[in-house]
Amino acid sequence: MILEAKNISFRYGENGREILKDFSLKADSSERVGLAAPSGFGKTTLCKILSGYEKPDRGQVLLDGKPLEQYGSYCPVQLIWQHPEQAVNPRLRMKSVLEEGDQVDPALVERLGIEKDWLNRFPVEISGGEMQRFCIARAMGKRTRFLLADEISTMLDLITQSQIWHFLIEETRRRQMGMIVVSHSPELLERICTRVIDLQKTQS
Amino acid sequence: MERKKILEIKNMNISFCQYQKGMRQEELPVIRDLSLSVHEGEMVAVVGSSGSGKSLLAHGVMGILPYNASMGGEILYRGEPLTEKRIRKLRGKEIVMVPQSTSYLDPLMKVGTQICKGKKDLVRQKKLDQIFSRYSLAKEVQEQYPFELSGGMTRRVMISTAMIENPRLVIADEPTPGLHQKAAKSAMEHFRELADMGAGVLIITHDLELALETADRVLVFYAGYTLEDAKTEDFCKEETLRHPYTKALWRAIPKNGFQYIDGVQPYVKDMPSGCPFAPRCSRCSEKCHGEIPYREVNGGYVRCVYDS
Amino acid sequence: MKAFAKKQKTGLTLKKSGWNQRQRLLFWLIAAVLFLMAVCIGGMFLDEAAKTTDFSRKNIAPCLAYPFGTDWLGRNMFARTIRGLSISIVIGISAAAVSAVLAFILGVVSATMGKAADTMVTWFIDLVMGIPHMLLLILVCVACGRGLKGVILGVALTHWTSLARLIRGEVLQLKEQQYIKMARKLGKSNLYIAMKHMAPHLFPQFVVGLILLFPHAILHESGITFLGFGLSNEQPAIGIILSEAMKYMITGKWWLALFPGLMLVLTVVCFYAIGENLRKLVDPASAHK
Repeated sequence: MILEAKNISFRYGENGREILKDFSLKADSSERVGLAAPSGFGKTTLCKILSGYEKPDRGQVLLDGKPLEQYGSYCPVQLIWQHPEQAVNPRLRMKSVLEEGDQVDPALVERLGIEKDWLNRFPVEISGGEMQRFCIARAMGKRTRFLLADEISTMLDLITQSQIWHFLIEETRRRQMGMIVVSHSPELLERICTRVIDLQKTQS
Repeated sequence: MERKKILEIKNMNISFCQYQKGMRQEELPVIRDLSLSVHEGEMVAVVGSSGSGKSLLAHGVMGILPYNASMGGEILYRGEPLTEKRIRKLRGKEIVMVPQSTSYLDPLMKVGTQICKGKKDLVRQKKLDQIFSRYSLAKEVQEQYPFELSGGMTRRVMISTAMIENPRLVIADEPTPGLHQKAAKSAMEHFRELADMGAGVLIITHDLELALETADRVLVFYAGYTLEDAKTEDFCKEETLRHPYTKALWRAIPKNGFQYIDGVQPYVKDMPSGCPFAPRCSRCSEKCHGEIPYREVNGGYVRCVYDS
Repeated sequence: MKAFAKKQKTGLTLKKSGWNQRQRLLFWLIAAVLFLMAVCIGGMFLDEAAKTTDFSRKNIAPCLAYPFGTDWLGRNMFARTIRGLSISIVIGISAAAVSAVLAFILGVVSATMGKAADTMVTWFIDLVMGIPHMLLLILVCVACGRGLKGVILGVALTHWTSLARLIRGEVLQLKEQQYIKMARKLGKSNLYIAMKHMAPHLFPQFVVGLILLFPHAILHESGITFLGFGLSNEQPAIGIILSEAMKYMITGKWWLALFPGLMLVLTVVCFYAIGENLRKLVDPASAHK
């Protein structure tokens, strides 16, 4: 499958700064594309547009040539957020986070290192790293074709970071799932990605 | 050359009081037996994963713990106990904190007024101009409101707030989240400068790689315990590190191999007895489940039964 | 830093003996609920006693047989007070319930149905809030014809605004939460999101707001009855009792106003205590004290 952003422009509000201008990007499901850029460059905005959270002012997002919003209610491009504690409802137990995903494979949950014991806990009772594992599992439901990872390991310790990325690399390869990775660390992108795009060079 | 100790923390414990199911109240230890010292001109980093409660260390020193937290142990500031009364007098003057969240700025006050805390005389104005030029903030910024600033500028403004008072001790709680690598580095360099001018700097962060670039010493925080207190040079190669966890961390750095070990940090409610890292440690033995001493090894400290 | 000198044990320890906040709150909650239930149930049985006149026992000061004394018609003031309060509580509950339902619907409409609906509802809230409560109450009561129906409707129509505002604000805030946006992208329906994600946040706030409506409703009911626009004179409502007692105050019959007044205050305080205590339990800023 091919995820494609075609001449996207975007600004917040009517008179805001144009964050993205005529931006295009193409990624294949066999690829892991890294996006590098300084802060304030609109990486998060780009992720939100690619996963359908925001509509671009101009241009469109296509998955296999078909506009993203025509894919029905479940979005095949799923975004994993930077702060897992904001991406789960503090009043629900962790098992309902998993249940919200699209028939998440129990084997996948196990490979992610999620322990049975955590399922009955509330978000405040587990660490950020554990919570992020749940968020990843939730995003990797059956109908997910593309993953967007927006700085998902910045707040985690190095070992957890390494665990999670090793898992993601293997899992996306196995399922032929494309992945777009945003990180501020060039070394990390170097390790993970098959191709790194420096946004500063493509757009200035 | 013996430098003076600015801050010394001995056996600090911080715990939270929380309701469990129904009426039972339980105490959850967040920081256990933490000891550290910060000297004049020294930059010390406490590194641990986010959500592990290390921010409470800063709050504990500043005397701003949340209502359901309690603290034990001893805090000495320049050789004398830092009592509640004393910290109230020193906080914001000799001891300053650069908070984690940018929401600590007053949204309705102009930046310049805010940094000077309302007292804008000539001396302060001059100093403010100096600080601003050092951090390459334009003079107009002083007349702007916080919402007009970008993330990086807000960071620098917050550091300026700390700088205006000639602090002797600076405590920074996660000063770099969400910053691009270059911006994060320059933020850390600002703290380095403060240290070079003679202040003691305590940085609390989750980013080991960044801490290693600027700090003099690094404390490794894991599941509530400090497992190792090492000089930054010790991180140049794996062999000079003392604790198996620190070594595992080192190997997980992308440029050092990006290797991982299995398992996760234990949850406070089901802590193993003895070493908190024991369940994931390859060298775990019978001894590791008993009392683990925190002792000096090669000019650093380690909480492990083995001699590295 | 109070526990500074005291060295702490590591590991899980049970906090100090004695009652913690949660237990104290629960105690007061139960006490308040029991008191209100006693008044309600007592009122049902005392209906007859409250209306019986007996000129052989006129103007008796409080004593063992008549703890609140009797009035100029020889009516038992204790029975009248309890009966009056129970009427007040029933009115308070029904008015608060109607008010809450109104508030809930309008709050949710305002937050979810788009900008036009929101402007309409907020405008309407401001309108109702702009008119003094008492004035609006009197208008509604008179328009509906005096009596029980008028009072309930009047109180209900004037008290929904603050709760509606609260709910609108909450829903607006919730809609922006990442986990709710995420749920949308995972293909969840609006109903699912409302039930699973929003309800657990809204429910406690709603209940607290609802309970804190009661004391207002009761006070306004007494007020309007006192002024003569509310319940009719035959009913032993607190407002009637108090306004009648006014005439006899100067002749030294202090008990006619004192005890019913005190009981009214006590009832209001009880409702208030229930609401406040619930709020403390729910509010994360104080939930773990």
